[in-house]
Amino acid sequence: MILFMTSSLRLLFSPPNRWQEILKHMEFIGNKSVAIISLTSLFTGLALSLQIYLGFKIINAVNLVGPTVALGVTRELGPVLTGLIVAARAGGAMAARLGTMRVNEQIDALDVMGVNTRQYLIAPRIFAAIICMPLLTAVFDFVAMVGSYILVVFIVDLDKAIFLEKIRQTVEVKHIMEGLFKSAIFGLIFGLVCTYRGFYTTGGAKGVGEATNQGVVTSMVMVIVIDYIVTNLIRIFYLTMGIQ
Amino acid sequence: METAVKIQDVRKTFDGKDFVLKGLTLNIPKGSLTAIIGFSGTGKSVLLKHMLGLFQPTSGKVEVLGTDMANLSPDELTKFRCNFGVLFQSAALFDDMTVLENVSFPLIEHRRNLKPDEVKKIAEEKLKMVGLDPKHFHKLPSQISGGMQKRTGLARALALDPEILVYDEPTTGLDPILTEMVDNLILDTHKHKKGTTSIMVSHDLAAAFRIADYVAMLDAGQVLLFGKPEDFYNSEIELVKRFVSKGMKHS
Repeated sequence: MILFMTSSLRLLFSPPNRWQEILKHMEFIGNKSVAIISLTSLFTGLALSLQIYLGFKIINAVNLVGPTVALGVTRELGPVLTGLIVAARAGGAMAARLGTMRVNEQIDALDVMGVNTRQYLIAPRIFAAIICMPLLTAVFDFVAMVGSYILVVFIVDLDKAIFLEKIRQTVEVKHIMEGLFKSAIFGLIFGLVCTYRGFYTTGGAKGVGEATNQGVVTSMVMVIVIDYIVTNLIRIFYLTMGIQ
Repeated sequence: METAVKIQDVRKTFDGKDFVLKGLTLNIPKGSLTAIIGFSGTGKSVLLKHMLGLFQPTSGKVEVLGTDMANLSPDELTKFRCNFGVLFQSAALFDDMTVLENVSFPLIEHRRNLKPDEVKKIAEEKLKMVGLDPKHFHKLPSQISGGMQKRTGLARALALDPEILVYDEPTTGLDPILTEMVDNLILDTHKHKKGTTSIMVSHDLAAAFRIADYVAMLDAGQVLLFGKPEDFYNSEIELVKRFVSKGMKHS
C-alpha cells in the first residue's frame, strides 16, 4: 500500500499535469462535505459544551468551559470527527467509484488507451484529500466554537466576555496547527486506503460492496489509531524542542 | 507476410500450478482481420491481455509491431498502448462523460497540441464514421442504447487512428439484429481503415467466418487450428468439426 501511494503521488508531479482532476476531486471531497461538517460540528460544540458545563459546575469552574471546549475541539475532536465523517462520505464514494470502474472495465479501457491510471485516478484523489482535510477541520473548529458560544452565552447564560477572554488566554496557534496537521494525515490515510481498495476490486457488484466496506472501516479505525500515535509524537516533538 | 502480433511459445499461470496458456504460438498477419474463437475457458481473453501488455507471460515472448513487450518499461508500455484501439465487451464507456467527451478523451490525453475545436471536430467525425446520429452526441452512456454504446466505444477506439484494433467479445449478450449491426460495423471499419490490423475475440462462429480473413481456434491454452475460414470447414480435426457444426447450428 505504501508503494502504491508513493508511486501514485510521484506521478502527480510528472507530465501531463492533473490540476483539473485535483480541483474536481477537491470540489467533491471539500465543497460537498461543508454542509455535513457544519451541521455535525455545530451540535458537537453544543453537546460538548453542555457536558463540560455540567461537570465544571460541580467544582465551580464554569469559566473554563470555553477554553476546555476550544482545546478539545481544535486538538482532538475537530480533526478526528472530520476524518471519520469525510472518510465515510468521500472515502466510501471513492472506493465505490473506482471499484465500479474496475468491474466495468473502465480502468482497463484507460490502461489500453495509454493513460497512466494511477496518475489519472489515484494521485489526484489522495492529493485532494490531503489538501481538503485541514480546510474542513478549520470549518469544523469554527462552527463547533459557534455552537459552544451559543450554549454558553444564550442557553446557560454565562458571561460572553469571560468566555472569549479565557479562550484567547488559553488557545494558541500551535494548538490549532496541531489539529490541522493531524487532519492532513487523516486525509492521506483515508485517501490511500479507499483508493487502494477500490482500485484493486475484484468480483463484480459484490466486490464493489466489499471494497467500499473495507475501505471505510479500515480508514475509520486507522484514523483513531493514528490519532493517538501522532498526538504522542507531537508531544515528544514539543518536549524535544522545549515547547510548553 | 508481415506479422503484426507474434506470440511465441507463451505459457501463463496465475497460481504457479495450472497453466491457462500452455505454449501458445500464433502469428497474426498485418492488415488482416483475425478472429480468435474457442470454447469458454480456453484462454482467449488471457491471450488478448498479453497482446495488450496487461499480462506478462510466465514464459515465452509476445511481440507487437516488432516490439518485444517484455522489454518495455511501465512508462514505455503505457505509451506503446496508443498503438491499440480496443472495443470492450461492455463498451467500457466513462459513465460521467457524454458520448462526445468519451471519444474526445484519448485525443485530449495524447494529442495535447490540438485545440478544443479540433478535438471536437475529430471526435464528431469518428462518431459519424460509426453511424451515430449527432443528436446523441451530448447524451450520457446511460441515456443511449446498447448498440449506440458499442458504436461510441468503437469511435473512441478509432480516435487515435491505432494500428491495431481489438474487439473483445463485441457481440456477446446482444440480440441477433444488433449482433449483425456490430459485425457489419467491424467489417466496414476494417475496410475503411486500410492497413489496420483487426483482432476479434468471439463466440459467434457465423460472424467470425463471415467477416474474418483468418481464424485461430484455441483449445486448452494452445492454438488448435489457424487458417482461413474455409480451412475450418474442411478440417479433419474432430474438435474443430464438432465446434464448427454446433457453433454454426447455434448461430
